[in-house]
Amino acid sequence: MRVRVDLTLCQTHAQCVFAAPEVFALDDDDELVYDATPGDASWPAVEQAARACPVQAIFLDGD
Amino acid sequence: MRRVAIAGAGLAGLTAAQELRRLGHDGEISMIGAERHRPYRRPPLSKEYLLDDTTDVALAGTDELSATWLLGHPATGLDLAGRRVRRGALPPVPFDALVIATGVRARTLPGAGELRGVVTLRGLDDALALRAALAGRPRVVVAGAGFLGSEVAATLRALDLPVTLVEPDSVPLRRPLGEQVGAIVAGLHRAHGVDLRLGRRVAGVTGAGRVERVHLDDGTALPADLLVVALGAEPETEWLRGCGLRLDHGVVVDHLGLAAPRVAAAGDVARRPSALLGGELVRVEHHGNALEQGAQAARALLGVAAPFDPVPSFWCHLYGHRLQSVGFTGAGYDLRLVTREPDGRFFAEYHRDGRLVGAVTAGFVRRLTACRRLLDEESRQPPMPPSGPSSMTGPPGTTSQGATGPVATR
Ligand SMILES: Cc1cc2nc3c(=O)[nH]c(=O)nc-3n(C[C@H](O)[C@H](O)[C@H](O)COP(=O)(O)OP(=O)(O)OC[C@H]3O[C@@H](n4cnc5c(N)ncnc54)[C@H](O)[C@@H]3O)c2cc1C
Ligand code: SF4
Repeated sequence: MRVRVDLTLCQTHAQCVFAAPEVFALDDDDELVYDATPGDASWPAVEQAARACPVQAIFLDGD
Repeated sequence: MRRVAIAGAGLAGLTAAQELRRLGHDGEISMIGAERHRPYRRPPLSKEYLLDDTTDVALAGTDELSATWLLGHPATGLDLAGRRVRRGALPPVPFDALVIATGVRARTLPGAGELRGVVTLRGLDDALALRAALAGRPRVVVAGAGFLGSEVAATLRALDLPVTLVEPDSVPLRRPLGEQVGAIVAGLHRAHGVDLRLGRRVAGVTGAGRVERVHLDDGTALPADLLVVALGAEPETEWLRGCGLRLDHGVVVDHLGLAAPRVAAAGDVARRPSALLGGELVRVEHHGNALEQGAQAARALLGVAAPFDPVPSFWCHLYGHRLQSVGFTGAGYDLRLVTREPDGRFFAEYHRDGRLVGAVTAGFVRRLTACRRLLDEESRQPPMPPSGPSSMTGPPGTTSQGATGPVATR
């Protein structure tokens, strides 16, 4: 399973960081960084993050 | 549990349905919705949707649900013992389990409903009507400088429309964010050309068939073509009156999200105990909360829920600044403005009994995520008192904030 964030859409609302902190984080410049291939255990949180994103910038590719 | 009925086809209802499917529920799901639309995102309606008619607000994943969509007619009653949702003259919907997710309705201005050009903003149809009205470049009065009113004012200024913003309180957003943060927002409005009238309320509207003048309580008459009423919202519980569930400024649920056995409530309409606030009942009108409570409702109905106490969080767009919060904020807490920069960025914390309960920022997002982590940990700490739907009042002394307690409203 893969995660992709369209960084041209992302406005660093950090709602994804709240929903899945083990996958999404903000770096020192407040830019979003993320793990594109999180483990299965993180998947429910990642789906929640995708729904929480205010600009729908998170795209998920199932297995 | 074969048949699940979901009353309210909004964000919380959809999320509950999706989580039910994800957890393997393969029985019937009936989505009962008052609006004719499938679930959509409301946050853009006061922001980009008013500026750009290509904005897509649809929520994904409604086709994959294989749900029965009963849209365009509201639920009108709940027969708890008979396990049926009534829908006026239409056939009732029988269920084994129910999710109540009917959200809130916009408060209206008493006596102004008859005139054209007086609008509220809650749903997609409201936003369509408002957007159409903006094409005529109206002079606009916005009643109420809460999140919605402030955001609408900011969006309309981006269209360069003349906007007067009327707020009875001393500053915008004083109750949800406190005096000092409200003062920052007041400065933003003024800097962007909003005619801000503080300490004033809209007393009436006059005009021949449509609004021509908006009257304030000090006698001022403002010429106007459009009045946007943004005076907050009321939980949509009228249809539940007398059904036997505990209604108290929302549908009261326990720490699992249940209002009764196999009846859950989620989203703007639900009022739940918060461990972070010592068990006090809270109702949160935020997008993220509808997601979290919606998923929790599904787990609760399937009997796999753990007690939960999600930390609220919202965002709000004002003139290119983004206000974001985590936790509980408001005039009732001890506000500490930690940082304030000349470019408009700031960071403020809210404490209760010396304990951090929330924070709000424009610009310091990473710091906010750190705060959020802290609150997450804290909300897990205090052991929850054993509680069922019958014992859900907070411990004595925690309801001192007034009848409704904290309501994180928009
Ligand atoms: C203009 C606007 C801007 C917002 N901006 C933000 C933002 O920037 N950030 C943020 O965090 N939050 C924002 N919010 C709040 C957020 O949209 C809500 O918290 C969220 O939509 C709540 O979801 P819900 O499913 O509980 O309720 P809703 O989305 O309101 O869904 C409830 C549904 O139930 C239906 N219904 C009502 N009564 C009945 C009945 N009797 N029978 C059947 N159906 C019924 C309603 O028509 C509605 O479709 C905004 C809200 C609005 C209106
Ligand atoms: S929630 Fe969306 S906009 Fe916000 S940081 Fe994550 S991807 Fe970006």
